[in-house]
Amino acid sequence: MRYAETGFNLEIDLTRGNIEKVATDPKDTELYLGGLGTNAKLMWDRVGPEVEAFSPENLLIFGAGLLCGTPATGCNRTIVTTISPQTGLLAFSMMGGFWAPELKYAGYDKVVLRGKSPKLIYLLIHNDKVEIRDASHLKGKGSIETAEIIKREINEPKAQVAAIGLAGENRVYYASIEQGRSSASRGGIGAVMGDKGVKAIVVRGTRDINVARPAEFIGLCNEVLEYIKQREGNPIPGVMPILAGLGSPQEMKVHDEKWHTENFMWGNSRTRRKDFWNDEIAKEWTETLESARTRLISCFNCPMKCGATISMPGLPTYMMKCFTKLTYTMGAFSDLDFGLRIAQKATEYGLDGFSTPQVMAFALELLEDGILSDEDFPGMPADNEGRFYYLLDKIVLREGIGDILADGTYWAAKKIGKGADAYAHNNIKKTEQLPLKLSMLNPIYFLMYATGEKMNITQIEGQFPQAPFPEREQREQFVADWIQVPDEKFKQYFLDWEIRGENSMPNYPTVAMTCDIVDWQEMMHYIDDALGQCAGLSSFPLKPPYHIHNYPKFISSGAGIEMDEEKLTKAARRYRTLVRAINNRRGMRRSDEKPPEDHWKKRFPELEERLLNEYYKMKGWNDQGIPTVESLRNLGLDYVSDDFLARGILSSSEDASSSEASAEKEKN
Amino acid sequence: MTVKGDKKTKIIKTINIDVDKCNGCRACEVICSSVHAAPKFSSNNPARSRIRIIRDPFRDIYVPVLAGEYTVAECAGRDKYVIDGKEYDECSFCRASCPSREEFKEPDSGLPLKCDMCEGEEGGPMCVKWCLVEALVYEEREVEVEEEDRPEDLEIGLESLVNRYGLQSLIDSVSRMANK
Repeated sequence: MRYAETGFNLEIDLTRGNIEKVATDPKDTELYLGGLGTNAKLMWDRVGPEVEAFSPENLLIFGAGLLCGTPATGCNRTIVTTISPQTGLLAFSMMGGFWAPELKYAGYDKVVLRGKSPKLIYLLIHNDKVEIRDASHLKGKGSIETAEIIKREINEPKAQVAAIGLAGENRVYYASIEQGRSSASRGGIGAVMGDKGVKAIVVRGTRDINVARPAEFIGLCNEVLEYIKQREGNPIPGVMPILAGLGSPQEMKVHDEKWHTENFMWGNSRTRRKDFWNDEIAKEWTETLESARTRLISCFNCPMKCGATISMPGLPTYMMKCFTKLTYTMGAFSDLDFGLRIAQKATEYGLDGFSTPQVMAFALELLEDGILSDEDFPGMPADNEGRFYYLLDKIVLREGIGDILADGTYWAAKKIGKGADAYAHNNIKKTEQLPLKLSMLNPIYFLMYATGEKMNITQIEGQFPQAPFPEREQREQFVADWIQVPDEKFKQYFLDWEIRGENSMPNYPTVAMTCDIVDWQEMMHYIDDALGQCAGLSSFPLKPPYHIHNYPKFISSGAGIEMDEEKLTKAARRYRTLVRAINNRRGMRRSDEKPPEDHWKKRFPELEERLLNEYYKMKGWNDQGIPTVESLRNLGLDYVSDDFLARGILSSSEDASSSEASAEKEKN
Repeated sequence: MTVKGDKKTKIIKTINIDVDKCNGCRACEVICSSVHAAPKFSSNNPARSRIRIIRDPFRDIYVPVLAGEYTVAECAGRDKYVIDGKEYDECSFCRASCPSREEFKEPDSGLPLKCDMCEGEEGGPMCVKWCLVEALVYEEREVEVEEEDRPEDLEIGLESLVNRYGLQSLIDSVSRMANK
């Protein structure tokens, strides 16, 4: 018997309309856990570097995390994996909500889609009954609208629906997959779903999920719940309110937006408005949110209330969480009322709330500076907000300039030419980032931004405080009950971190310390992504209930796989390396690992080189960021090293200089 | 006529449900099905839970309902409530395991499920313990009840049967039942 997982994947060949239930190998679970780990294994095995995002050979995998569907609090994430149209690399965007546990209860760990359906369809999974159904009546419908129509037509109010909107159907490179209160938004995975002709995947399950050692497992769950109660009752002093508690940043709850509005950039990520926040705005925005917000809501089996139901007067109700609250507002230099209104439309269209406003602001900046002209925007309204609605429609319909903008700022700038490149200034690996422009280089953030492959800083950062605390007493108080550290040395790193002087940024934390910190942060996110645990109760907040010391016990007693910290650390390293290997095989090299030029005003090129060198070394990667033969073999990834040697990505002498040149060739 | 009986105390167990506090996470369904699994906690499946969230996020409807009595037949009529402008679906507040709906039946056998207030669990019902948002709050209180014997209830019942079927057929029925 399999525990925590079901031991079955659904394999759907959309071209032929074939459906298979395939048993999985328990050995893979032991090596790659589940979720992202086993998704990555499938991607490596079955999607070669020649396969493009919109090739029928590209896979689109919906993977439920290993512990999804067990009683482990907050374990509800679906990890969607495919080749991204935006980056050409592996996209592994995720969503919380209710979909992954429902899939488990239906009896499956993953849905693996391949090929392309000749017409628009939706997939209906109800325990053993799996059907490919016509979706021509849903063409052009909004993502939430689609979910509600399907639930009515199949008379299953408890079904969970992951759907795309018009943006996905029209293959907008930053189209999302929406699931009511959650979405998998990064990397254009919605476009791949649209390209495959799949409007929605509908799941209803009424089967059991077993755990291996019941009493022990529930004991761990109870400890986590007790810890959450205690932690929520004692917010961390000295950090901003959205970081003091657990969960995703509590954007739906918190009204004070002084920090975001005055520190994050407005428009096309250029303008800082230092004195923006005042009493009048605070009052107005508070009223807007309070009158729009019907209820704070949660994902499956989680007490945190990171999302909200939003009903703007005159508009259909939708659900929102986290920072999309402000991205449209700030992209358009507008107010919260506008931001919440346009987000309703964008959610139905199924668009990434980080990239979309920035693409629109980018277009208007190009217009302002004469690189694009009025003729590129026929019929565009004169008012600011009207222009954003106009652009939103053009992009989603891929009409006129919208067709170019629908590929994101990186590709649009290439097509537009005339120096438009300089306006696509806020990208890493061709993907729009949060609009942050800071003054002093932060070495920890430098490494996370540079080497992250998830393309989103909030899914890389966490655990370690974002900045030093001013007083030593505060720091001592902070480390006193810091049980989550994998090693006591992290406490000392933090204790000695000062705002000014010798032990301040950029030279402190030192290169070696920075590598340790980033490695820990990254590892926790990767563990979450395999187990299906939300970062909001684990890798993102300070002092979370899940950590490296209790995770092995959850896995042992839940999935029945003997696990300790060392084995878990190695497993996480294994599939993290596999993710990198997939991207290396697709041409990713050191030259791609660059935060935006203007991310910090004060840059330190030499230090940055050193950081990257040392981090690569620590990870067992060569100077191009490619895992070495030795490190691959240590992780049992001999099949990767064999492939790299055969392709000349690595040579047996591990001289990678020739591979850089060949990678450049591949990319051009 | 009422015959006065002895005074006795009885424990009333209540789960106070605050629908405004419910965040719709369904942790109650998870832990309920887990604690009632055999062996205990060995599996979970919200479709076996004895508590259900009647839930429609877009209409802001979140009603935790505990499984009550099994009923062989559905009601002659159904209720539909509108509270604070929100229209609740038919049977939203009903606790019955009833032929009219899927709730509170074992998914495989269709056998009825009923909340037992986690009898024997230390600290009361598990759904309450796992509801950190306090939409579910457990309360026990003692009440004094008088044991009453009300013989006239039987007579009222019999009289209505006599009126309906006639005295003779009632006597015949009773004697037939007595001989079984």
